[in-house]
Amino acid sequence: MSATLKAGDIVRVRDDYPIGHIRTPVYIRGKTGRVEKYFGDFGNPETLAYCLPTDDRPLYKVRFLQSELWPTYSGSARDSVELDLYEHWLEKV
Amino acid sequence: MRGPHDVGGLDFGPVDPAEHELTFWEKQIDAIRAVIGAKGLVTTHENRRTIEQMGNDIYDTLNYYERWTAALQRQMVDKGILAQDEIDARVAQVRKRLADTGELELNAGSN
Amino acid sequence: MSDHDHHHHDHDHDHDHGHDHAHPFQDDDKVHSYYQILGQAMKELLIEKGVVTADEVRAALERRDGITPANGSKVVARAWTDPAYRERLFKDANAAVAEFGIDMPTTHLVAVENTEDVHNVVVCTLCSCYPRDLLGLPPAWYKSKAYRSRVVHEPRAVLEEFGTALPDDVEVRVHDSTADMRYLVIPRRPAGTHGMSEEQLRALVSRDTMIGVTTVQPPSAK
Repeated sequence: MSATLKAGDIVRVRDDYPIGHIRTPVYIRGKTGRVEKYFGDFGNPETLAYCLPTDDRPLYKVRFLQSELWPTYSGSARDSVELDLYEHWLEKV
Repeated sequence: MRGPHDVGGLDFGPVDPAEHELTFWEKQIDAIRAVIGAKGLVTTHENRRTIEQMGNDIYDTLNYYERWTAALQRQMVDKGILAQDEIDARVAQVRKRLADTGELELNAGSN
Repeated sequence: MSDHDHHHHDHDHDHDHGHDHAHPFQDDDKVHSYYQILGQAMKELLIEKGVVTADEVRAALERRDGITPANGSKVVARAWTDPAYRERLFKDANAAVAEFGIDMPTTHLVAVENTEDVHNVVVCTLCSCYPRDLLGLPPAWYKSKAYRSRVVHEPRAVLEEFGTALPDDVEVRVHDSTADMRYLVIPRRPAGTHGMSEEQLRALVSRDTMIGVTTVQPPSAK
C-alpha cells in the first residue's frame, strides 16, 4: 500500500465501530484534522493483535484543533491534539 | 461503543501526581513480559488486545501489573505453553508456601 | 484523601475513580492478591519449562532498573548546547539517542520541541505508551485513567494540577501516542543558564518536563 495522503491534506477520521483491537480512539472518530507528516508504512495492529499476517499501512501524524473535538473547549483557539493514524482510518476531505 | 481502555475525552477526576515506587513483584512481571516479548512469544499488540478484552469490570478492578499478569496467564494458556491445570496447582502450592512462611519468596523459583 | 483515612501509612495512595492506580503491593504487605500469587506461580513454571531463564528475567530487571530519566536529560542538555545535535535529533531521533548508547530497536522516537509558541505534552489514552528507554517505566499518574481521560480535552486544567500555567497565546499541543511512535518533549531552556555546562543543565531537566506536564525552572528557583 503506498501513501496517498500528504502533509497539508484535510482528512476526516472514519466514524466506524467494528469490534476488535483498534488504535483509533473513539474520541477522534468522525473528526476532521490536517495531515502533518507521513511516517512511513507500519504493520497493521488490527491484524497483528490477533497473530494474523499483516501488510504494512501508511501511518500519518494528524493534527486536530481542540475546538473541532470539543464544542465547549475553553482554552486557546490554537490548542491542538495530534494522533498517529493509519491510512485506512482516514478519508480525504 | 468504547472498550474499557479507550478513555480519552472522559473525566476520571483530578490527577494524583503521587509517586508510586514499583514493588519487586511489579518489576518482575514487567521483566517477564519483556523477556517473553523479546523471544517473540507475545507481541505488544497481542498484550494490549488481551487486556482490552477483559471487560470493564476486570479492567477497572485490577491494577496495572495485575492486568499484565492476568494477560500473561491467558496468553500462555491460549498458546499451549502452560496448561491451566498446572497453573492452578502451582498457585495452590505458592499460596501454601506463603501461608507457611508468611512470605512470597519473591526471589525463589530459579532452579 | 482525608488525613484520618490512612490505612497503610508509608504506602498510601489515592485510588482514582477507576481504581486504576497501582495498589500498594509492597513487599512487606502480608496480604497478597490472587494475581500476585499467580505471577509468582507463572514465573516458576516458565523457568522450569525453559520458556524463560532466571538469568534472562534478572537481566531484564537490571536493564529496567538501569534506565532512568537521566537518559532523557542527557539528550535534552545536548540539544540545548549543540545546534548540530539538535538538528540530528529532530531529523532522526533514534539515531540521535543512539549516540548516547540508547538503543530503541522496536519503537520510533519523535522529539518535539517546546518553543515560545508551542507547549507539547504527551499521553497515551489507550494504554501506557511511553519512551521507556529514555525515561524508565512510566509513573502511576501517567497510566491513570484520570490523566489519560482528561489531558486530551482539558490539557490546561491538567497542567495546572501539575503547577504549570501557560499563557493563552501559547498553543498547547497534546500528543496521543496511538501507534508506533514514542514522544520525547524537549523542554525550553530557562533563562539564566547561559554559562552552565551540559552536566549542570542535565540536572535541571526532570522526567515531568520531558513528558510535558511541567517546565524547566531556572536554577535560582530551585
